[in-house]
Amino acid sequence: MELDELYREAILDHARHPRNFGALEECNRSAAAKNVSCGDAIQLFLRLSPAGRIEVVRFSGSGCAISTASASLLTLAVQGKTAQEAEALFEKIQRLLTGTSAPQDELPGDLAVLAGVRRFPQRVGCAMLSWHALEDALRTGEKNSV
Amino acid sequence: MRPPEELRSDFPALSQAAHGHPLAYLDNAATTQKPRAVLDAVRSFYEKDYANVHRGLYDLSVRATEAFESSRRRVADFLEAASPEEIIFTRGTTEAINLLASSAGRSLLQHGDGVLLTEMEHHANLVPWQMLRSLGIRLHFLPVDDEQGTIDWNRVEEIAKKHRIRLLAFTHVSNSLGKVNPAAEICARARSLGLLSLVDAAQSAGHQHLSVREIGCDFLAFSGHKMCAPTGIGVLYGRQELLDLLPPYQTGGEMIAEVRLDQSSWKSPPHRFEAGTPNIGGAIGLRAAIDYLQTVGLDAVEKHTASLASYAASGLASIPGIRILGPRNHRAGIVSFVLDKVHAHDLVAFLDQEGLALRAGDHCNQPLLRKFGLAATARASFYLYNLREEVDRLIEAVEKTRRYFAG
Repeated sequence: MELDELYREAILDHARHPRNFGALEECNRSAAAKNVSCGDAIQLFLRLSPAGRIEVVRFSGSGCAISTASASLLTLAVQGKTAQEAEALFEKIQRLLTGTSAPQDELPGDLAVLAGVRRFPQRVGCAMLSWHALEDALRTGEKNSV
Repeated sequence: MRPPEELRSDFPALSQAAHGHPLAYLDNAATTQKPRAVLDAVRSFYEKDYANVHRGLYDLSVRATEAFESSRRRVADFLEAASPEEIIFTRGTTEAINLLASSAGRSLLQHGDGVLLTEMEHHANLVPWQMLRSLGIRLHFLPVDDEQGTIDWNRVEEIAKKHRIRLLAFTHVSNSLGKVNPAAEICARARSLGLLSLVDAAQSAGHQHLSVREIGCDFLAFSGHKMCAPTGIGVLYGRQELLDLLPPYQTGGEMIAEVRLDQSSWKSPPHRFEAGTPNIGGAIGLRAAIDYLQTVGLDAVEKHTASLASYAASGLASIPGIRILGPRNHRAGIVSFVLDKVHAHDLVAFLDQEGLALRAGDHCNQPLLRKFGLAATARASFYLYNLREEVDRLIEAVEKTRRYFAG
């Protein structure tokens, strides 16, 4: 089935067992993102070190398998990265999923499973939801902005 | 009614395949497909009789005007309105309710008056009324007591007396629950308490016999596109003596009697409320849709869609982990459901692969879904051309999706 490309085993695994799930009380950055078309809502929580490195990242909320798995993968991908590195990753994934990047520009590591979303334009918003929250948290997300 | 297998052939869009399966279009609460009779009527109008209305003194414009006004007479007939002057053409239900809220907010409703709504209203029958808060008009809500869509209409009296309610606006058929509200009974109650009434008939028009005379409402709104007509055409019905009291909604050409540089006066209803060149082709399409539906038979359409919905609800109920919203008895052609551990968005993506077109989301019913602790449901909604075998395919595909996600 075509959909197997979207709902790969790793996606289903992350959707069923999201990593770093649940609010983070001691965060210094947070942001919420909502997909008005389907009601998905995600909150992202970050603890940045004084040097600007992401020490802890968690998320909460509810969404479809694609948005939940993408958020779960996000937490693994940006853990330990600097804010600049995380922003660069956001831009890369956005370019790849919205089709403006060259095909050889593959996603790193576990994020590669998200590439299947590319063929389902109506689901790109689901995959990008947590990433928009990340960008928001990094750029403007003072604590308590959730 | 002609059998649905045969009616399907009137709808060109239904003969296509979707992901290698015959398309099963089950999103009729969002919009309906168009029969050839409607498509042909619109095309023929543009080919033979098209010009602007109400102004040209040449034959073509006279014919276009006559066609447009005969559509208005046809709608008046269809709704059993007292006269065609009670029929205002709008873009759809949303514009009809915005028109009424905006104009009534400047006339029929006074500072301190209340508008009574229910918790099951579509956003289009909620947000336009919220906009009146800045005029000192307050909103009150009849609670929905359970997922079946039960409303205790006896509460109208107590709320009306306590809060100076002037208008009761409610949906005839809930677009998410499929609950049918007893419109005639509710409007009789409103009238006895001195309240004005608005019926949101977006889900009932063209799906059942609908008579403003029998319902006894003051206002009623519906959209053409949910009943076989093109998009961009809808209707606000209003009782003549009330329409006379309403100021214009939009202003410009077509709706004025006399214009001076510093002031203007308005035409009488309905033209007072139709500023600018109207959707003439849409009105022609709506007339053809009414002709088509009345030939099929609206009582039969209602019976058919209700029977499919109840068949779907009972079939889906056997799937483990499913939760079905809406009334157990007397359900309109709408079934909303959620599946444990499978998000509605994922569910409809799988159904799409099986050729089944369903909507997932909040159905513009956020307050109601929030009350039920839900953000989204999947919704199957039926029309005259849907088949029992499509419902069988739906039930099978939902079960298959459940197994897929159960792993």
